[in-house]
Amino acid sequence: MIPTVDYIRILPELMLSIFGILVMLVDPVMPEHSSKKPLGYIALAGVLAALAATAYQCKFYGDAFFNMVRVDTFSIFFHFVVLLVALVTILSSLDYLEVQRIKAGEYYALVLFAAVGMALMSSAVELVLIFIGIEISSISSYVLAGFRRRAAESSESSLKYFLLGSFATAFFLYGVAMMFGATGTTNIYAIAAALNAQHSALAYFAVALMFVGLGFKVAAAPFHVWTPDVYEGAPAPVTGFMSTAPKAATFAVLLRILFAMGAPGWFWMVWVTAVLSMTLGNIGALVQNNVKRLLAYSSIAHAGYILVAFAAAKETGISAAIFYTASYAMMNVGAFAIVAHLAGKGERYVTLEDYAGLGRRSPIIASLLTIFLISLIGIPITGGFFAKFYVFSAALQANLVWLTIIGLINSAIAAYYYLRIVVYMYMRDERVETPVARMPFALGAAVAISAVATIYLGVLPNRVLDGAIHAAQDLIR
Amino acid sequence: MNYINQNILTIVTLLPAAGALLLVVFPRRDRDIRWFALGISVVTLLASLHLPWHFDHGQPGFQFEQNVPWISHPVINYHVGIDGISVWLVVLTTFLTPLCVLISWKSVNDRVKEFFILMLLLETAMIGVFVALDLFLFYFFWEATLIPMALIIGIYGHGRRIYAAVKFFLFTMIASVFMLAALIWLYAHTQSFDFVTIQQMIQSGQVPGFATAAQWLFLGFFIAFAVKVPLFPFHTWLPDAHVEAPTAGSVLLAGVLLKMGTYGLLRFNLGLFPDQARRNAPWIIVLALISIISGALVAMVQPNVKKLIAYTSVSHLGFVVLGIFSFTQIGVDGAVYQMLNHGVSTGALFMLLGMIYDRRHTYEISEYGGLATPMPVYATFFTFIMLSSVGLPLLNGFVGEFLILSGAFQARQIYGILAATGVIWSACYLLWMYQRVFYGQIKNPVNKTLTDMDARERVSMWPLAIAALVMGVAPNLWLRFIDPSVSFSLKQFSSGFEAAAPAATHVTEALMQVIGR
Repeated sequence: MIPTVDYIRILPELMLSIFGILVMLVDPVMPEHSSKKPLGYIALAGVLAALAATAYQCKFYGDAFFNMVRVDTFSIFFHFVVLLVALVTILSSLDYLEVQRIKAGEYYALVLFAAVGMALMSSAVELVLIFIGIEISSISSYVLAGFRRRAAESSESSLKYFLLGSFATAFFLYGVAMMFGATGTTNIYAIAAALNAQHSALAYFAVALMFVGLGFKVAAAPFHVWTPDVYEGAPAPVTGFMSTAPKAATFAVLLRILFAMGAPGWFWMVWVTAVLSMTLGNIGALVQNNVKRLLAYSSIAHAGYILVAFAAAKETGISAAIFYTASYAMMNVGAFAIVAHLAGKGERYVTLEDYAGLGRRSPIIASLLTIFLISLIGIPITGGFFAKFYVFSAALQANLVWLTIIGLINSAIAAYYYLRIVVYMYMRDERVETPVARMPFALGAAVAISAVATIYLGVLPNRVLDGAIHAAQDLIR
Repeated sequence: MNYINQNILTIVTLLPAAGALLLVVFPRRDRDIRWFALGISVVTLLASLHLPWHFDHGQPGFQFEQNVPWISHPVINYHVGIDGISVWLVVLTTFLTPLCVLISWKSVNDRVKEFFILMLLLETAMIGVFVALDLFLFYFFWEATLIPMALIIGIYGHGRRIYAAVKFFLFTMIASVFMLAALIWLYAHTQSFDFVTIQQMIQSGQVPGFATAAQWLFLGFFIAFAVKVPLFPFHTWLPDAHVEAPTAGSVLLAGVLLKMGTYGLLRFNLGLFPDQARRNAPWIIVLALISIISGALVAMVQPNVKKLIAYTSVSHLGFVVLGIFSFTQIGVDGAVYQMLNHGVSTGALFMLLGMIYDRRHTYEISEYGGLATPMPVYATFFTFIMLSSVGLPLLNGFVGEFLILSGAFQARQIYGILAATGVIWSACYLLWMYQRVFYGQIKNPVNKTLTDMDARERVSMWPLAIAALVMGVAPNLWLRFIDPSVSFSLKQFSSGFEAAAPAATHVTEALMQVIGR
């Protein structure tokens, strides 16, 4: 008999699933050519219910379902991140889908199901359940990436993502299998105990395979080649979603595996991946003229910064990584919400040229995008600044001087390409008038949430950072 | 009263930002926006005058301190305070900003609201840099100056403004990354960002690993500041930025932003790493001398009058660095004084150039000639300010240069001799430029019909002219603030140093004799 409290410990996931199914059920009974916005509102209600459920969970820390799920500060923190991203994504999709004439209600259901997978990833403490979480979220994302049916690059994006993604999950599954072979269990804490007792070569190999699989998911170099194409082709709100929420969830998994499970022999792997991601991501971004591609490369670089915090390890490094994930999610999803709005019908306006003169045409949108870009650069009064600051101070405290220097140089290089967007928006005059629609209310709310969160993290990071520190303590206890 | 003293720095710092926030929701009526910006900046100026008014000369340490926890982990406090060195830099900032609003009254017509929002945000950041006593807070404000300034140059500038804005941004951004690395190291090893705490820990040798890292830390701070000053060979961004910037941007850039660099050198490089400062002084002084001389020589051959003034900044700021690294009481006094002078004189020069640009839209010297005839008042103001910049006795520039040169001679004669040539050069290039622009026949017929300064322009120039004069004849008004703080920080700097330094009164006495009071 499963006690009731166990259901509370997966309440957010339950909420999301229920509302997702509700969306699917309501969709067929709606008139065929009507607007699908009501489904979006249902999905919105689902996310809000899940957020409430997550808040409610705070009183119910502990394990559930035969130690497969664990509710602690760590899982709650990542639940909040994933759900907030889902909230912003749905809000910014409401009008985007209308503009693009995508009339498919399952879009919202898929966003919710993806969120279920990610939420599960952050609370699962059992490798097979983690794998299931990854699959739920990935398969939903594969479909979401191909939603612009009429555009060839969207189908390309979906297919590429699907093929490479399944390849990566296969790696992860191999790793899980080998870990089971090495220790005889798939529970992370049981594995930790077993690894403490004895190290076999198989365990090293297993960790390496799992790292490769997860490296794909977070788009860390050298496993990043799919990123630019997939991000460019997918619908812009989906790109915003894919580049933040699954990353956050996958980093949560990686944190559990490396630190809670006490995986052996990861240091140089992480070190090299961090350096490669930062450098290749930033250099790649320097030459991009398509804003979506540019942000795709930048997301590779940001994965690198987060991995710097991983290399620093210990409580400071882990909390820095957690904080970075949260603030990156907020600023990036906000930036993509604006990109989605500006893209217009058929996503025609996504090059830097199209952004020329935006500061004059719509000063509010331009200034909001500037806030997100400043945060991505890492300049004070934004969350991005503190995120970078915590990461590099953790690295220096762990005496990773070279990694810090490489990271700092990289963040200086990165300033250039983010600044290019600002330069285009404010300092160049448009050649052809690019139309800008008025900002719809839902999108305004989406951008406002992310902008307020970005500034809040940059001015009063205390509470979120305390949360991150508690999460880190929970993780390594 | 007590309440005001405790919060005055916060009030002065945040007033402009509050004004900027109000401007965001302000209706787009350009005239009202201008008046509002002027009002806010004047109120800030008046509030900031509270600082020198209630300043306690007897106490050389930090005053008007406020220390409030801000972020608990890492421990970052909102810790602000000023001493005799920074008090006048704050006032300089608040003094120049209203004038910048006035000078932009007519020349900025497009996106007026954004312009004044940026300017007020910039003012907050600049004041913040001078009052911050927490290293993190300092860095925070330091970086916060970047975006508004880059946008002011890039949006409201002239021809190659984008190139100039990006260059300015990248130079300073990349350089300050090194400072950030040094800051983080200090925090990692002291668990504090507080300037005073860190200074005490370094002095008592409680920082583990400091001996090996000190040189790198010194260089980290030094590069960030040297680029800002700018010291040769990091100065290449400055001429571009100045030439393309709108007038108000140039005034604030030359008047305040460059001083952030020299202030940083004085406060942090000398304050935290005295031994390294002494060890590195020789090559830094060589760089300063190269800046003084090469800046002057390059200025002389410029066909563009704004670029000429930009290069004079390189030269004049070289003096300031020389004064700081002479480690003599008199030299450092002079350096601080010269920072204020340069803000007043060069700020005024850029404003004057802005006025002529508004009329003719060019800075090429060859386009002008004989301007003294159609614009007599303008020519008079120009003469006055130019002479203050050259260093004519009774005007402000003289005092600073005299003090710095005395300090340089005390430190080592050859420094003084080489630097003194800079004074001669500055007379050469400024007077030659003046001759080509204002004297002779009017070659270009367009210039015949130029109108002289109007009331608004005169109102914006008078305060600077008066300041130049008063600072020239009564330097003691300022030096009595500066001197105790400098001697206090130099005393911490090295024991057994006082014997070599003349007492404060000594300095001013000598000065009084020279200027005939």
